[in-house]
Amino acid sequence: MDGILLLEDGTAFDGCRFGARRAAVGEVVFNTSMTGYQEILTDPSYCRQIVALTASQIGNTGVNERDMESPRVQAAGLIVRELSPRVSSWRAEGDLDSFLIEHGVPGLRDVDTRALTRHIRGVGAMKGIIAPTETPREELEQRLAAAPSMQGCDLVPEVTCAAAYDWAEGGAVGCRPDERGSAPPTSRPARRIVAVDFGIKRSILRRLVDVGFAVTVVPASTAADEILAREPDGVFLSNGPGDPAAATGAIGTVRALLGRVPIFGICLGHQILALALGGTTFKLKFGHRGGNHPVQDLATGRVDITAQNHGFAVAPDLPEGVEVTQINLNDRTVEGLSHTGLRAFSVQYHPEAGPGPHEAARHFAKFRALVESSVAAGEARPAEAPVHV
Amino acid sequence: MPARDDLKTILVLGAGPIVIGQACEFDYSGTQAVKALKACGYRVVLINSNPATIMTDPDLADATYIEPLTVEMVEKVIARERPDAILPTVGGQTALNLAVALAERGALKQYEVELIGAKVQAVRTAEDREAFAAAMRRADLPICAGGFARSLEDGEALLEDVGFPAILRPSFTLGGEGGGIAYNVEEFRDMLARGLDLSPVRQVLVERSVIGWKEFELEVMRDRADNAVVICSIENLDAMGVHTGDSITVAPAMTLTDREYQQMRNRAFAVIRAVGVETGGSNIQFAVHPETGEMLVVEMNPRVSRSSALASKATGFPIAKIAALLAVGMTLDEIPNDITRRTPASFEPTLDYVVVKIPRWDFAKFPRSEPLLTTSMKSVGETMALGANFREALQKALRSLDVGIAGLETGGEKVSLDRERIIARLRTPTWDRVFYIREALTQGMSVAEAARLTRIDPWFIEQIARIVGCESELAGYGIDDLPPRLLRRAKSWGFSDEQIGRIVGVDPLRVRARREAMDVRPVFNRVDTCAAEFEAFTPYLYSTYATSCEADPTDRRKVLILGGGPIRIGQGIEFDDCCCQAAFALKELGIESILLNCNPETVSTDYDTSDRLYFEPVTLEDVLNVIEVEQPEGIIAQFGGQTPLKLARALERAGARVLGTAPDAIDLAEDRERFGALLEELNIPQPENGMARSEDEALTVAERIGYPVLLRPSYVLGGRAMVVAHDEEQIRRYVRHAVLASEDHPVLIDRFLEDAIEIDIDAVCDGERVVIAGILQHIEGAGVHSGDSCAVLPPHTLTDVQLKTLRRYTADLALAVGVRGLINVQYAIKNKRIYVLEANPRASRTIPFISKATGIAWAQLAAKVMIGMSLLEQGVIREVSPGRVFVKDVVLPFNRFPEEDIILGPEMKSTGEVMGVDDEVGAAFAKARLAAGGSLPREGTVFVSVNDHDKPASIRVARDLQRLGFRLLATRGTAERLTGSGLSAEVVYKVNEGRPNVVDHIKNGAIQLIINTPLGRASHFDEVALRRAAMRHRIPIVTTIAGAEAMVEGLRALRTRELEPAPLQA
Ligand SMILES: Nc1ncnc2c1ncn2[C@@H]1O[C@H](COP(=O)(O)OP(=O)(O)O)[C@@H](O)[C@H]1O
Ligand SMILES: Nc1ncnc2c1ncn2[C@@H]1O[C@H](COP(=O)(O)OP(=O)(O)O)[C@@H](O)[C@H]1O
Ligand SMILES: [Mg+2]
Ligand SMILES: [Mg+2]
Repeated sequence: MDGILLLEDGTAFDGCRFGARRAAVGEVVFNTSMTGYQEILTDPSYCRQIVALTASQIGNTGVNERDMESPRVQAAGLIVRELSPRVSSWRAEGDLDSFLIEHGVPGLRDVDTRALTRHIRGVGAMKGIIAPTETPREELEQRLAAAPSMQGCDLVPEVTCAAAYDWAEGGAVGCRPDERGSAPPTSRPARRIVAVDFGIKRSILRRLVDVGFAVTVVPASTAADEILAREPDGVFLSNGPGDPAAATGAIGTVRALLGRVPIFGICLGHQILALALGGTTFKLKFGHRGGNHPVQDLATGRVDITAQNHGFAVAPDLPEGVEVTQINLNDRTVEGLSHTGLRAFSVQYHPEAGPGPHEAARHFAKFRALVESSVAAGEARPAEAPVHV
Repeated sequence: MPARDDLKTILVLGAGPIVIGQACEFDYSGTQAVKALKACGYRVVLINSNPATIMTDPDLADATYIEPLTVEMVEKVIARERPDAILPTVGGQTALNLAVALAERGALKQYEVELIGAKVQAVRTAEDREAFAAAMRRADLPICAGGFARSLEDGEALLEDVGFPAILRPSFTLGGEGGGIAYNVEEFRDMLARGLDLSPVRQVLVERSVIGWKEFELEVMRDRADNAVVICSIENLDAMGVHTGDSITVAPAMTLTDREYQQMRNRAFAVIRAVGVETGGSNIQFAVHPETGEMLVVEMNPRVSRSSALASKATGFPIAKIAALLAVGMTLDEIPNDITRRTPASFEPTLDYVVVKIPRWDFAKFPRSEPLLTTSMKSVGETMALGANFREALQKALRSLDVGIAGLETGGEKVSLDRERIIARLRTPTWDRVFYIREALTQGMSVAEAARLTRIDPWFIEQIARIVGCESELAGYGIDDLPPRLLRRAKSWGFSDEQIGRIVGVDPLRVRARREAMDVRPVFNRVDTCAAEFEAFTPYLYSTYATSCEADPTDRRKVLILGGGPIRIGQGIEFDDCCCQAAFALKELGIESILLNCNPETVSTDYDTSDRLYFEPVTLEDVLNVIEVEQPEGIIAQFGGQTPLKLARALERAGARVLGTAPDAIDLAEDRERFGALLEELNIPQPENGMARSEDEALTVAERIGYPVLLRPSYVLGGRAMVVAHDEEQIRRYVRHAVLASEDHPVLIDRFLEDAIEIDIDAVCDGERVVIAGILQHIEGAGVHSGDSCAVLPPHTLTDVQLKTLRRYTADLALAVGVRGLINVQYAIKNKRIYVLEANPRASRTIPFISKATGIAWAQLAAKVMIGMSLLEQGVIREVSPGRVFVKDVVLPFNRFPEEDIILGPEMKSTGEVMGVDDEVGAAFAKARLAAGGSLPREGTVFVSVNDHDKPASIRVARDLQRLGFRLLATRGTAERLTGSGLSAEVVYKVNEGRPNVVDHIKNGAIQLIINTPLGRASHFDEVALRRAAMRHRIPIVTTIAGAEAMVEGLRALRTRELEPAPLQA
């Protein structure tokens, strides 16, 4: 045991260090997915977070280029119960340890992740630091204190792209005709959309392409006018890290886009849409992170098992015109909303999966349909109802 | 959608007797379903022929029919009870087949009853392999290439495309029965013929082999709103080619990336939708190519299965209960998760531990059969273990097997160090292959090579290699210089104290002491379905070496009940029933019940059977760990069979209080010399006997007591390795080859009582009073193991004087031994003299049967006695006389072991039992026979061939049969005797006498019943061929005269009247 995880409240967990041999500070969160550690690590929404995986043996299938959700490891650190010394998968191109070293991200293994999870469940997500055991306690405490807390933190600038680019690759995981939820690659003419990058995952981009969109990804700082200047048929608001309420620039941009173009948001994109519509967000005690969350569609009653990764949520008291469409059956928090008049809808969870179940992927087709009907209706109409913010 | 209110009465179909491929997991699922439906307010009617089940407890269903699961009988129950619906998905293949048969007979329509859970169409699509293949093709789901044979010609035509090895999979059979892997034409023809015979629809799928591909299973649930969830993914350690029931399996799947896992999940949903299973649980199997990832659907079971029992125990998600609720129209989101209470059942459990299941085989009972694992299942039970990692779970599961190994150590036969042999052993899947993997790695074979030879994923081999590495590290130390870190690592990798003790050369208790001195102790974690995301309210626990303990014991009065571990022949579901009854009794007394067991198939390991459940190996170390945290006031070790019983002494020595009969009293009954002295004192006769430590001594003893003699090793229980010897030669052979008698392992020799009537008596004693629970008279004579013989309650031919003596002996024995609780005594009556064969001061196999017959839960009563309540306080002071006649019959697993001879002997071979109830013996016997899967011909030809000893008695039987209108066919000697007595019997050739011979007649369907008692060694070969032919063509065969007499009674009863069902509650 040569490593330690020290939490803000003074609780410490021992472990062995692996990956990059450096210290890392971040908000310590747990994820209960049993598969998909590589996708989790490379999801930009984990920026500045140390992820503890509850599944007990990690690294079994190694890593490969195809499962990257972004160009790099985004999480600040990884905590596991056990790291596999052997990789076994016909798709593996490397092992997890080397991968973390290559990306300069530290890991801690042999940690009692169940005890850690129970602790976080009890007291809530908080900051923590991974470091060598011999680091003086005061130094650890100082570094913890110096790190900003997640609340009030706008992390989008850290993960968004530097310049706009086009994305054309499709073929999301499990794109077979019999796999409900993901629409087959379409032969219809491509519609152009702009995806605002708050920390976008490749799975989302692939799903967008699969339903027939020509996608241009733009930096989060792109102004509404610039976006509209690209004459998109729709705008997509991506997932991303941090406190949505702190992303004031993005909220302003979205507010300006409302009603002028169909909008679809996922995760942080959903929260920013809610804020732009006049709603509020709040921090969950320890968030939702995993691949087994039941979400019910309030109109149809059907339940999807969804992939989730968020620490903040949209408060249910929303302005008029904004409808809560879906809720989480575990804690009844808001999972989806829509504003019919403004042609905007969003989901809190990750319909693109990567990792996680695929059944909610139909929302991409739904977005495509929304864009289609909007195009069919002729010119993008002005907002029908004034939005009170 | 709340539960349907248009249904009032629901009929639940049980699975019948325990057979290979369909074991006590269906008691677990049936019990859950009945409870859940009752809780919804439905009137529940249950039919199951297996009395050794919790589900048939009279207080569970509203009307319980212990009747044969034949379509005729089920129809009669439907006519009587007029249910609105039938639930066929919790009673295994048996219930599904019944449902299809009922539909085909028009019974469902006639009585306007609806199938819930699975419609006939869906069952057909899933179970008819051809319909399934078509459905998969329509849904664009890849399956293995192959075709369907209805005849040998079809099969040969298919071979051209399929090639060798060819896989044969009959439709509608159970646990791969009649299927297999054919490596050449001869094998192919043989197997195909057998498969066609065994498939009820004469259809066999002939398929290209994908042996060596990875095998996975997903347990899926779907509700009527089309919400679907995966409860558990299971990865088979053994690749395709070894039946999943015979594979070591692991949950969750360990070697899939998210991408592949989700693809599999999507396809599983596509399968369940394509087949059309609207609600409930299904099991879907996949094969995955290890190098390309190509994925094929292998099969789907549209019902609760063995794997769903495993998945339920592995995750804490009660699949059978939820399946029952879904069947009556509820949706997943309406059903709360019992464990977290505040989240719904519409989610997917996530595990933060690893689960390993290891099957338990009984190959030693079937010495003529090769112990190979193929696509036809052969295991009789299983153990499961949970751990923080695969290594810990694997080693815990291994020591749970109760086969004398304490983890991954040298097991099975003594391993030779020859590399060639090891390579051969790695290539061939056998039950003990995992030990050869260990051996190979110890010798330095690389992980890659071992993986290549075994076709086991290298990830698992690597895990085993780490265990091997840790073992060799441990071997470098003595107990005193063992570094704490190494010890902690070894413990967290599942090494038991016993195993470590063997490695470092000390007693396990020394290891324990040293370990505790270093503060290396296990903690208990909860199985909570959610990886600790939410609080768990159910104390369902497993041990591991982590940092924080979640046991959270209460300060209530509490008692620990030790379960029986894996089911095996001789220690079956009966003992699980008794353990559950003990838990119910404690609950009634307001005492907290804590169950410890490691068998995932059972009701005892359901988290709501007891107040607290520890899913742990039943070994001294693991039991002591639980005792340390729980501090129970006592332990019940006498209900789970031999496995917990043999821990009693050591537990007592370790300071625990064993309730009921004291360990020393148990020893008094089990130690031959002490017991012999006691009988002498009590003036109760026992067969003359002696003990021998060498061949010469054995011959001298046999000479003294007279032939024939019964030989058995002193150190194995359960009738293992028992033989009857008629002469010196047989003794020599036994002593030299079979048991290797020695100073430490003497051979026990008894005078073998021929033509004796055997009796089983169960009683409860509280120290002052003895109450007889029941007296069972065996139909077969002594010499057929009590577990294999038919029996009647109450005794049908004993005199009052005999009964009186039996009762007196039982009472005297119980009091003299010092029994507090249950005792079972076996007697033999020969020439009017009554001998004691053995006394078992513990729960016996017959307790559940007797409880059902008498309407008294004897195990509950006994548990209360053990807590200190007298029989008087409980108001039970007299033997009750059962109002009807109850016949026990058994099922034998010879269909899985076609090389075996099917004759019965002192070594137990049956896997399960059934009960036939009626007002008279004949009808009760007929019901029992039907329930055991036998057929009772109403007319036709009987073939009789008996040994000289049985010839006089056979005349009576033959005459009765002739009177009943049967034609008699006999071998020469028997025929002469029969015609000499004025009967008309035709002579038929024996196999080696010419053609057409008796086997030809059997094959031609010209014989409907066979009476064949073993003729001895001379004509041995001939006879075995005869009996095998009978098995293969499903001709009822009776191998004892007593059995034949009972058969005649049964046939007579069938002639005189219809068999009618009656509920236990009437
Ligand atoms: N084509 C095949 N090649 C190799 N093994 C096979 C093939 N098909 C089935 N098996 C093996 O046979 C076992 C039993 O087949 P299955 O169809 O599942 O029968 P059952 O109905 O008895 O479960 C499977 O678990 C698998 O290991
Ligand atoms: N002396 C004997 N004579 C005839 N049969 C015997 C004798 N002893 C045992 N048997 C037969 O062997 C069977 C098994 O013996 P038992 O002592 O009961 O062993 P187990 O411990 O397996 O129950 C009995 O059920 C009985 O049929
Ligand atoms: Mg199968
Ligand atoms: Mg016995």
